[in-house]
Amino acid sequence: MKTNRYVLWGMTRSTLIHVFLISIALTCLFPIFWMLRCSFMTNETVFVDQSIIPHHLNFGNFAIAWTKGNFAIYFFNSVIYTVCVVTGIVLISSLAAYSLSRLKFPGKNIIFYMFVAAMMIPLPGSFVALFVLMTKLHLVNTRLGYVLCMINVGLSMSILLFKTFFDKMPHELEDAARIDGCGKIGIWWNMAMPFARPAIAVVVIFNSLNVWNEYILATLLLGDSKLMPLQRGIMVFQGANSTDYPVLMAGLTMAAIPIIMVYLAMQKHIVKGLSSGEVLG
Amino acid sequence: MDQKVKDAAVFKENLQNFLFVFPALSIFCIFYIYPFYKMIHLSFYDWRGIGPMHFIGLSNYKELMGDHLWWDSIWHAGYITLIALTFQNALAFALALACDQEIRMKRFYRVVFFIPPVLSEVVVGLVWNWILNPEMQNGVHIGLLNHFLFITGFPQLVHNWLGDPRTALTTIAIVNSWKGFGWGFIIFLAGLQTIDKQLYEAARVDGAGRWKTFMNVTIPMMLPVILVVVILTILGSMQVFVLIIAMVNEGLVHHTDVPVTRIFSAMQNTDRFGYACAEAVIFGLVLISISFISKKLSDKAKQV
Repeated sequence: MKTNRYVLWGMTRSTLIHVFLISIALTCLFPIFWMLRCSFMTNETVFVDQSIIPHHLNFGNFAIAWTKGNFAIYFFNSVIYTVCVVTGIVLISSLAAYSLSRLKFPGKNIIFYMFVAAMMIPLPGSFVALFVLMTKLHLVNTRLGYVLCMINVGLSMSILLFKTFFDKMPHELEDAARIDGCGKIGIWWNMAMPFARPAIAVVVIFNSLNVWNEYILATLLLGDSKLMPLQRGIMVFQGANSTDYPVLMAGLTMAAIPIIMVYLAMQKHIVKGLSSGEVLG
Repeated sequence: MDQKVKDAAVFKENLQNFLFVFPALSIFCIFYIYPFYKMIHLSFYDWRGIGPMHFIGLSNYKELMGDHLWWDSIWHAGYITLIALTFQNALAFALALACDQEIRMKRFYRVVFFIPPVLSEVVVGLVWNWILNPEMQNGVHIGLLNHFLFITGFPQLVHNWLGDPRTALTTIAIVNSWKGFGWGFIIFLAGLQTIDKQLYEAARVDGAGRWKTFMNVTIPMMLPVILVVVILTILGSMQVFVLIIAMVNEGLVHHTDVPVTRIFSAMQNTDRFGYACAEAVIFGLVLISISFISKKLSDKAKQV
């Protein structure tokens, strides 16, 4: 009798936990489903059709957004910015972290603590001064200007992450490479980088998310619609066609799906990166 | 002679090693240090972005002290942060506790809960804006939420959620929590999994119930993790900006203003660069003192 009650309580408990978890999971997924659903409807059916899954899938919105809505350009720009910034961050920050971790020169510690401090101190309004600087340098409305600013955004965190990895690298690896006649650059590229592969994965995924989703700097620095990334382009499109929901939702889908795919493919690294606390400093 | 050669070699070595850091350091100096300095510098000037700069001392700061819209905006951000700290973090913690047990579909939940955080604020804001749409067409509510409330028998609850000054901020705060709780969840779960299971065993042997175990084992062990999440939540929610722009459009109304929108509009709409910088300096100081205080508080809590 007693065991029965225990089993019963255990079952109720696990059911309750599942109900709780599933309801929250549905809350997470439903808005995304709703966005997808509307992107397949037309302006006529979107306000009329009450069914959960629309009777007629209409792919026209994607074509309209892609061509008339300029999303082809925005999408292409977002890809370019993400690739350039992430490559830049990986190369520049791993070079710096390698030197800060394994090589010696005067002033090394000061430089390292400067990067750490930059991560700790929030600078919410520095975009005003950044804009002034970029105007002076004639980098407003250029791809280069935006890429350089975005590299700076991810730099400190990436240097910290790489450094914790390089600190753990065994000396034997370096010595072996040196005997083989590798220079410092050679050791960095052939030994340190392959060793830090998990760190590279974390740096790539977090910075990709960050660049793909960035809005403020893109708004300030890129006024020319040929240079705008997706997030900025969506807001421009929304401002011009605020009532054309199906096409807008198609645009949002195009902005959301790639990042969700990348996330699903790399989610192990995200959990690892966050769990180790390295991203948090 | 020998010493000279040696010195030259050391110098060359140091220089080589320094060159590794040089690209990172120069980007950092140009795009971080210089704007940092320039922000403080400009805050003492009256400047319209072009033309002459007038040094006006502390006038920008004096004006800021009496600027009700500015202090209101800080309060709005504080309100959003308060909801994030309580509602969002409690939800994240409860979900993490639920997922820390032997249950099925653990990985599925972990993947799903982190989907809102990977979406951009623009996407989240516009999708929710569409769900919360207040309009009607042909007698049908366009917005999903109002439609849902109507057909489930709560027509009195149908509301212009984002248009009404009394509900706009709370609605934004809840969407902000929807987007943010996944971060806390992942970090809390990782923290829970590092707690030694023997501690729970020991507590049970001592005859401690679930609640006692939770209060005396889980909470103390999780304190450092809770601190990290609290600071991240404060810094993140205080700076929320793009989400608001996406949800209530460019035509910003003052009752959903937050500090970053004030800074942005001082710069973009009224061309008052000096004033915008003064706002940025004050806001930066507010953020730094909040995170400093919460760090101090939690250090104290840890010692007890």
